[in-house]
Amino acid sequence: MTTPPTPQQPQAQPQQPQAPAPQAAPQPQQAYAGAMAAPQGPPAMVPAPPPAPAAPAPPSAWQQAMNNAYTSPIPIKKTNLGHALASEWTKIKSVRSTVWTLSIFLLLVIGIGLLAVANTQADDYRDVPFTVPAFFGLMLGQICLITLGVLVTSSEYGTGMIRTTFTASPQRHRVLAAKALIFFAVAFVASAGSILLVGLMASGAHSGPEAGDVPWAGTVLKGGLYVSLLGVLALAVGSMLRHSAGAITTMLGVVLVPAILPGFLGIWESTQKLGEKMADYNAINSLAKIFRIDGIDSSTGTSQLVLLIVITAVAVVSAFALLEKRDV
Amino acid sequence: MIELEGLTKRYGEKVAVNNLTFTVRPGIVTGFLGPNGAGKSTTMRMLLGLDNPTAGDVRIDGKHYAQLKDPLKYIGALLDAKAMHGGRSAFNHLLCLAQSNGIPRARVHEVLDTVGLTAVAKKKAKGFSLGMGQRLGIAGALLGDPEILMFDEPVNGLDPEGIHWIRNLMKSLAAQGRTVFVSSHLMSEMALTADHLVVIGQGRLLADTSMADFIRQNSRSYVRLRSPQRERLLDVLHQSGITAVEAGGGTLEVDGTGPERIGELAAQHRLVLHELSPQQASLEEAFMQLTAESVEYHAHADHQGPGDAAAGRAPSGGPPPGQAPGQAPGQAPGQGWGSGWQQPRKGN
Ligand SMILES: Nc1ncnc2c1ncn2[C@@H]1O[C@H](COP(=O)(O)OP(=O)(O)O)[C@@H](O)[C@H]1O
Ligand SMILES: [Mg+2]
Repeated sequence: MTTPPTPQQPQAQPQQPQAPAPQAAPQPQQAYAGAMAAPQGPPAMVPAPPPAPAAPAPPSAWQQAMNNAYTSPIPIKKTNLGHALASEWTKIKSVRSTVWTLSIFLLLVIGIGLLAVANTQADDYRDVPFTVPAFFGLMLGQICLITLGVLVTSSEYGTGMIRTTFTASPQRHRVLAAKALIFFAVAFVASAGSILLVGLMASGAHSGPEAGDVPWAGTVLKGGLYVSLLGVLALAVGSMLRHSAGAITTMLGVVLVPAILPGFLGIWESTQKLGEKMADYNAINSLAKIFRIDGIDSSTGTSQLVLLIVITAVAVVSAFALLEKRDV
Repeated sequence: MIELEGLTKRYGEKVAVNNLTFTVRPGIVTGFLGPNGAGKSTTMRMLLGLDNPTAGDVRIDGKHYAQLKDPLKYIGALLDAKAMHGGRSAFNHLLCLAQSNGIPRARVHEVLDTVGLTAVAKKKAKGFSLGMGQRLGIAGALLGDPEILMFDEPVNGLDPEGIHWIRNLMKSLAAQGRTVFVSSHLMSEMALTADHLVVIGQGRLLADTSMADFIRQNSRSYVRLRSPQRERLLDVLHQSGITAVEAGGGTLEVDGTGPERIGELAAQHRLVLHELSPQQASLEEAFMQLTAESVEYHAHADHQGPGDAAAGRAPSGGPPPGQAPGQAPGQAPGQGWGSGWQQPRKGN
């Protein structure tokens, strides 16, 4: 990228007369190494300054003071989103929890998918797409993406890393944007990729005259998009709550409560309508719709996907709004 | 150059930082001294734009932290040795920081070498000792080769070799013309590293002075006396124009007169002395005296620490020189804000 900076001899001298000369050169091992090695060795033994008449520069004259100040040989670059993306990519791939949750996700979707492929016949696919075997794994696997999404943001608060992060990148919105983009890319590649793989296996094993010709490219994209957005929602919730356990619990509630509650809501007349909507739009049923479990004539889950896009957008906007003003 | 102006931070009822105004200049090590809970870390977090001030302003070369386009190359900070993800290796921790500021990867190896962590670069940070975590934090601060460096209690958890190392590091960084701002709750530590001293207690500025001035004003030497003929001794001293101060436990303290002269006087008047010893008040004592009223977390053990001993002293001669304690904070440096430390205090 850049050439190693060259030593700058003049900087070895103390700039302020009253700066005490270091008693001894710092130990070699601790040399402010490489680029900063300039003051090493003899130059560090600065001759004691003549009896200092020097009053420190008046505080107001900082511009003046800065003329003597240290300037780094490392080239200055204005930071941008590209830097933040590179940094977040390093972060996400350099912790084991990411690798584990993604591995479990892939194992669930592909593993359960393969089991389903092995236990189905061609005529099972008359009315449903070849990607249906992936649906069963995704129902469980979405929990992994939710966990990963939460951890991408909240783990930085839990560990205190967030202070280091925001010190390095005071443009907080850029950090959150980079996190969301990197996470979304990872989640989408993993989910769409694994759905595609399962679909290819199923069609390879079972395509033939008995299987219907249900189009399934859309289920790869929509299915991948749905669970990835769920993960982005989790990421936004993690950023707002700043607490891993709390955020994961909240997200499990978001996924499970609308799937369980309709059973109760159906008891009373007044809540029946709400119960039906919940039954229609909960995450598990939404995935089922996307994978056209109910057959070829049913909806393709577009309205469910749109609802999730809206909810995720609201959560992400709120996360951005909360991010700038809060103390960390 | 860091400029604080009326910087204030309130957490609910609690005023953590109270109207701080001072300047941190380049080319020297500025020590930021205060007891636990004085507000040092809070001040530093506001400086880095992490916490929002309730009032006031802090600028770095005239800019707010968030306006810095290349912050790591401008200011490097060690806030908390634990401010990192334990599951990430030292190398990757530094790499993601470097990438966020477009700093070349080779620089990561350099700073790891500088802090002596090359051998454990691939190890997870959670396995690090406090001292190693501290070194990794310092590596992060040095990453951008910044002109301003800020360390919050950097010697915490370091072994003696590490402490020695960081002292020299700070001095050499300042000697290169950088601004070095380092906090500590230990006067002795500051005395060894800092050229300039900013003291706070309960969020308030108590002193802003050069280290040399602080030492000159506070390293008082005196003579301690014990005698069974205390009253007569006091008379004799008084007649010779020597002021003795009662220091509890039946001892007297005399400033500005050598033990030789006092011994000779006692001999002339055939007085028995049980003790005649030259003493040196420590800077630590001066610091404790200065912050005595603002210490937040008192231990309630019933023993006489040096600060308590000083506080329990009652005058028995003329009024000692120096200012009354409890002066308005923020007075100009070098006005002898600390010289009132030998005065009596009302209770503790
Ligand atoms: N986030 C916070 N919420 C509430 N009080 C806080 C917070 N941070 C610090 N404080 C309080 O502010 C005071 C100053 O704390 P701090 O800056 O950490 O002191 P120091 O670093 O000098 O030991 C303490 O009383 C502390 O309890
Ligand atoms: Mg602190």
